[in-house]
Amino acid sequence: MDILSIQILLQATLRMATPLIYAGIGETFSEKAGIINIGLEGYMLIGAFTAYATVYYTNNLLLAVVYAILVTALFGVIFAYLTITIKANQVIIGTALNLVGVGISGYLFRILFAQTRKAQPVRTFQQLPIPALKDIPLLGPSLFDQNILVYGTYLLVPLAAIILYKTSLGLVLRGTGEHPHAVESLGIRVVHIRYGAVIFASILAGIGGAYLPIAHANQFVENMTAGRGFIALAMVAFGRWNPVYVWLAGLLFGSTFALQLRLQAAQTIIPYQFLQILPYVVTFIALIISHGRSLQPRALGIPFEKEGN
Amino acid sequence: MEASTRLQLIGISKTFPGGVQANKDISLTVKRGEIHCLLGENGAGKSTLMSILYGEYHADSGEIWLDGQKATINTPKGAISHGIGMVHQHFMLVPTLSVAENIIMGMRPLASFLWYMKDIEKDIAEFAAKRGMKINPSALVSTLSVGEQQRVEIIKALYRGVDLLILDEPTAVLTPQETRDLFETLRNLAKQGFSIILITHKMNEVMEVADRVSVLRDGRMIDTLPISEVTPSSLARMMVGREVSFNQEKNDTPCGEPILKVEDLTLIGEKGRPLLKNISLKVCSGEIVGVAGVDGNGQSQLAFCVTGLMKPTSGRIWIEKNDLTGKSPLEFLKAGVGHIPEDRHAMGLVLEDPVAYNFLLQRYRDNYFKWFGFLNIKTIFEHARRLVKVFDVRTSSVKTPAANLSGGNQQKIIVGREIDRNPRLLVAVQPTRGLDIGATEYIHKQLIQQRERGAAILLISTELEEIMALSDRILVMFEGRIIGETDSDRANIDKIGLWMAGMQPEEAKQT
Amino acid sequence: MTAKTKPFSFFRLINFFPPMLQQAIILPLLALALTLLISAVLLVITGYNPVTAYRYMWEGVFGNSRVFTEVLLKSTPLILVGTGIAVAFRCGVWNIGAEGQFYAGAVLATWVGIHLAGLPPFLTISVVFLAGFIGGGAWAVIPGWLKVRLKVNEVVSTIMLNYIMIGLTSFLVTGPMQEAKKVFPQTDEIVVAARLPNILPPTRLNIGFLIAVLVAIIAAIILFRTPLGYAIRTVGQNPETARYAGMKVNQSIIIAMLLSGGAAGLAGAIEVSGLTWRMFATISPGYGFDGIAVALLASNNPLGTILSGFLFGALRASSELMQMNARIPSVLFKIIQGLAIAFIIAFSLLSRKVASEKIADRAEAVPTTGS
Repeated sequence: MDILSIQILLQATLRMATPLIYAGIGETFSEKAGIINIGLEGYMLIGAFTAYATVYYTNNLLLAVVYAILVTALFGVIFAYLTITIKANQVIIGTALNLVGVGISGYLFRILFAQTRKAQPVRTFQQLPIPALKDIPLLGPSLFDQNILVYGTYLLVPLAAIILYKTSLGLVLRGTGEHPHAVESLGIRVVHIRYGAVIFASILAGIGGAYLPIAHANQFVENMTAGRGFIALAMVAFGRWNPVYVWLAGLLFGSTFALQLRLQAAQTIIPYQFLQILPYVVTFIALIISHGRSLQPRALGIPFEKEGN
Repeated sequence: MEASTRLQLIGISKTFPGGVQANKDISLTVKRGEIHCLLGENGAGKSTLMSILYGEYHADSGEIWLDGQKATINTPKGAISHGIGMVHQHFMLVPTLSVAENIIMGMRPLASFLWYMKDIEKDIAEFAAKRGMKINPSALVSTLSVGEQQRVEIIKALYRGVDLLILDEPTAVLTPQETRDLFETLRNLAKQGFSIILITHKMNEVMEVADRVSVLRDGRMIDTLPISEVTPSSLARMMVGREVSFNQEKNDTPCGEPILKVEDLTLIGEKGRPLLKNISLKVCSGEIVGVAGVDGNGQSQLAFCVTGLMKPTSGRIWIEKNDLTGKSPLEFLKAGVGHIPEDRHAMGLVLEDPVAYNFLLQRYRDNYFKWFGFLNIKTIFEHARRLVKVFDVRTSSVKTPAANLSGGNQQKIIVGREIDRNPRLLVAVQPTRGLDIGATEYIHKQLIQQRERGAAILLISTELEEIMALSDRILVMFEGRIIGETDSDRANIDKIGLWMAGMQPEEAKQT
Repeated sequence: MTAKTKPFSFFRLINFFPPMLQQAIILPLLALALTLLISAVLLVITGYNPVTAYRYMWEGVFGNSRVFTEVLLKSTPLILVGTGIAVAFRCGVWNIGAEGQFYAGAVLATWVGIHLAGLPPFLTISVVFLAGFIGGGAWAVIPGWLKVRLKVNEVVSTIMLNYIMIGLTSFLVTGPMQEAKKVFPQTDEIVVAARLPNILPPTRLNIGFLIAVLVAIIAAIILFRTPLGYAIRTVGQNPETARYAGMKVNQSIIIAMLLSGGAAGLAGAIEVSGLTWRMFATISPGYGFDGIAVALLASNNPLGTILSGFLFGALRASSELMQMNARIPSVLFKIIQGLAIAFIIAFSLLSRKVASEKIADRAEAVPTTGS
């Protein structure tokens, strides 16, 4: 492999990793607070469709991201109500959310676009090379000749790490998923913290979803997330609930997507189906490798019951 | 100079939904700079009273006065702002966070940055040192010993500006050395003007550390006395009541064959902490052996080991002639072991299932309940209906989910099921915890009947009265060991009380 | 206190009915009604007449015997998959991998069906079914074993195994298992003896539906009338109590996964031997995921999955007709599934909460003189 193809592969890795990183970082916060969100895939699809439709009608990319955030946040509130307030099982409600996500994005897409043959390509975030930096050999073009949403992850990851490990809020978040009663005994409302974390996760998943039609492709396709929400879930466990490691896991899984596309294009002798399932196989192996680590927040998935009355 | 009054509780009463009256018209005064012990048995109402003071429960009636002013406390946050702090029996610490992080959690606005953890840690270390406590603020809580974790809890409260500190059974989980350190710390704090309320049921602790002691019994305040006016035995009498009721009729059945034999049982827990140390005991047919002791001295682990639910690190367990060491719970069941577990909601019942199925449980493979390999629902329901009648379980139907029954009736399901299996050995752990007098009496009668039938019964309870009333022999556990043994005829409450506190009374050594 | 109970007063009403009736009929119907109502609102907003839409749906189910048999054909895999998922959920294992297990069963059944020659039909079909059961069961035992041994989260692992199995299938039908003519990405047809007999000749209806109903009944008997099923349910409800009762918790989980995946694999086998006679990459339009909704709507009762499987089968078949006739996108039924799950769970929690509040009220009212 020559230097150019490495450079292209790196660039593609970052692009493919970006939606995973958004969703994975959000989910890290949610799980740190004790809520597991199987419905990430649903959020991402909803975000993707919202963004596509917004750009289609307004041609405004920024507005598309804002709308994607607002709409997925709404679904986040519903999820939070069902799992935190009513204390419904998080796996079941997450599964329901995925179905609704697939259904509503597909339904509206067919009505508004596919059936009327209006499903045209839309404007996308263009590459925004950063002067000087982009001229660094090898890394420059890969890292600094990307679109703004990719740059967003450069900010998001350190910011997430700082919030989690260097602020009072992060401290409380980390406590909430481990020992919610300890947090509550200090006069902090666990329920509020969990609502916040769940909504934050839904917003980031929404951005990750929006990325697909308006930064990666220029088109919405039904089910276009193709399991990225579930991969993001595995990333969080593989990344040991630490934003920086989750980011690295995202790059790893992103690279499998990039490699898969690259190899397919290169017409290797490997059957293309094996390349297609590469990200899922790697995720599955990663799950087994990261098994049984007791790093999982202790109260993950368990509804918070206040003691006494 | 007479110390000023820090806290005054006047006429506090509290009844729980379900009708248990935990506090009846309790009044209490705590002075500045004193260590005030709140003594009483399990269920005497100590913890409820303190939870009211800390804003976790609301009293039905009564007043709280702080420094001569009437106060309303609705939440723990409100209590903290009134200068009241609480160290819970189960620590409220996040094990994956550092000491300093646990201490400052929630003290600053959520949006504030914590860049200077080093400064915060230094400040906490100095703060603690000034109050006579040594602590490493950067250590992870999960790496600390239990005693150190408790110190963190105390500092966490004090760092919030608290000057009235409640400690709920603080020594239940401590070693003697750690207990001595804790008391040293508390005395130091009292000298500096802090008021301390210590909830306990150990007489020796009261004698060692208290300035004054208040005794609670059955939700009532019995008396408050300065420490100079009490002795361990006078405290024991006040705590248990003048007469220990031996009202259960017992026939003298001769002790038969040994059923349970335990030899040199040792269990090492997580992080190498020994939970059981060289326990040897024997329970014979027709005998009730009571195991007394303060909660958390290895009784639960002993029960789990002799029912196969925990595998001991070393030592042997026989049921009759069979060596069952290291065998599965199923083998123990087959050998005729019955088990009334400690926490009926965590183990022993399937709350969502109908009453009938809760009577089935271990016997689901019995041929009696099978019909060509299928479960015979008719037999299961008939069996349940019979047991509901025999054991007086109050339920509208055997189809009702067990969750809908009261605690007493749920316990009767377990007791009935275990007794109906005609166990050779019955391990009964806290069989009457949380039950009213009627249900308690009923279960006691059942246990005695089993003894007369020839079963061996290992009764584990923290209720001394229960142990004294039922047992033929009494063992006392302390820190995973059996510290004393006595026949129930010669048992006296002072002696057992001292054993429970980990002390060896002179006259006890001959037994 | 009063403020807290007020919003749920509606559920106090429902609590007058006995719990069994509530769980089996009233709450699912209520959830479905609210789901259809919300879908109707969605239809109105998007410019359709819900009455027309639902009428098309109705006609798509009961319009004539042909559409009705198509509904039964669609319900067949849903009942089987739903039954399997119900068994896993009852044991407390979140098996989201039925789609992959369906494929695994279908692939193995096809392979056996193509190569099994010279046996009488009954025997051939039995072996094909067994192959389907084993294929699906084995694919489910992998995550079950990983959960028990290594504590690997089964939700994510089963989902990944879905993608992997679907990819593998796609490889097989274009590679090693591709038809002899090598034209289409599909296998050869299975031998005639391996095909299920048709029971209503002009239509495509085969005995698969009856087998699915039979399997659901057998699963219900296993769950509710055998010691094994009792152990599976007890492990799911309270693993500690199960251990206390001498049950083997890990073993129960593995068996539950075997049965669960086996049922999904059997669904794949029946799809092949009853309808398609061959394997191709898109043989399941998502039956494995529909099965989750089927199981949950039936409160994880296999008998209930006959009804809810039929319901979702009808929804699937009729929504396709609705799409053809009224141009209403058929994916609407995914929304209906998701909402139905959310509502049934929320309703049963709320009604249980009201029930327990009622008990607390009663306890407070009764004076405690003795017991």
